[in-house]
Amino acid sequence: MYLTEAALDLGELLRAVQSPEHGGIACFLGTVRNHHGGREVLRLEYSAYGPMVEAECARIVAEAEARWQVAVALRHRIGRLEIGDAAVAVVAASAHRDEAFVACRHVIEELKRRVPIWKREVFADGTVEWVGAGQSGAAGQGGSEARIEAESFR
Amino acid sequence: MPSTAAPVLTVRVLLFASYADALGLDSVELSLSTPATVADVLERLRDLPGGDRLPPKPLCALNLTHVRSDAPLSRGDELAILPPLAGG
Repeated sequence: MYLTEAALDLGELLRAVQSPEHGGIACFLGTVRNHHGGREVLRLEYSAYGPMVEAECARIVAEAEARWQVAVALRHRIGRLEIGDAAVAVVAASAHRDEAFVACRHVIEELKRRVPIWKREVFADGTVEWVGAGQSGAAGQGGSEARIEAESFR
Repeated sequence: MPSTAAPVLTVRVLLFASYADALGLDSVELSLSTPATVADVLERLRDLPGGDRLPPKPLCALNLTHVRSDAPLSRGDELAILPPLAGG
């Protein structure tokens, strides 16, 4: 399962990719930040299209493991997260560091581009906003289809 | 009266996050005359209360895979309309 409501356990992901032939493991943790657009954020609430998260994450991991000699583990947390909590963790293990770093970066970028997860920011001034929905009127959101490149479509 | 009804297919449409808020629902079953595409569903959604708040070309996923708005629909499909993604 790529989606969880529990606190992320980086150790569990590391154990999933560790192997005697690997000489390097790159990790990325995305954590909840206390500010956005100059405003103070109190917490985030993540929601997701669960079945598609599982399907799309599996595709992203498979693509990375086919493109580089890596083993990848990935987990995203949903629900209510506090400042500093880890929302997403990616680990990529390889024989050498170059492929581990490249694959790790690729997987987090593809996740942000393709995986159906949303977050609401709860601001200190009491307002609550869906991230990405506010700044885009119809025209802005219309760009969202263009951001998914052709190879994502089947 | 002879029946002039075209063949009909039913799809389940899922709405999330800001789009669910805009239309006040997170899923709806729509019956469409065939052949039908994703764009036909979007047109129908725009006629619902709050549907005018959907952008011209939202992200869509058909049976858990990203698709373009010209993708054809089949009976029993699950079509999700996805607001701007914000994972990570």
